[in-house]
Amino acid sequence: MNIEQLYDALKKSQEKQGAFFNKDRDLVFELLESLQLNKERYGYMACPCRLACGDREHDKDIICPCDYRKPDMEEFGACYCGLYVSEKVNNLEIVPEHVPERRPVEKII
Amino acid sequence: MCTCIIKVYGLSSCSHCKAARKLFDKYNIEYEYVQVDDLKGDERKAVIKEIKELNPRCSFPTIEINKETIIVGNKQNDIKKALGIKK
Repeated sequence: MNIEQLYDALKKSQEKQGAFFNKDRDLVFELLESLQLNKERYGYMACPCRLACGDREHDKDIICPCDYRKPDMEEFGACYCGLYVSEKVNNLEIVPEHVPERRPVEKII
Repeated sequence: MCTCIIKVYGLSSCSHCKAARKLFDKYNIEYEYVQVDDLKGDERKAVIKEIKELNPRCSFPTIEINKETIIVGNKQNDIKKALGIKK
């Protein structure tokens, strides 16, 4: 799957879940490329902005879309890496604020 | 010219890290960069321990300026302030 196909597939499936791609298209494509690189490197699409360890089971919480996307979008209007924004942020074209890390620190190895 | 000693802990795939590094490059500010996802074994463990001491959440980028100021994330205004960049 090339990047454009990945973009189209995710846009369709994720918008149904209330998660919209960031309006910053360059950022979105940079992150999608990183997700594909992580898939090649680790075998799974680990969040590009988090330290993956190479063990799918250990990192299942940060496989995109990560377990933290929903609470982060609810609280901050965007997911941690900024790939997805909430419907409100999308509609109002607000620039999402900095999203602090929610992943438990003991998971980072 | 900034004479700060800067150390950036980042990830090769992280957009926040790339954006923060671009800011340093824009102002020709030198910094030491540790690409944590490239590290393995004991070296990786030691660096993660080092980051956790600076930033208990161990998130990226973690930026250390002059051994006293720690900036977590791509907070461009905080970075500029710490470096004395006014524009």
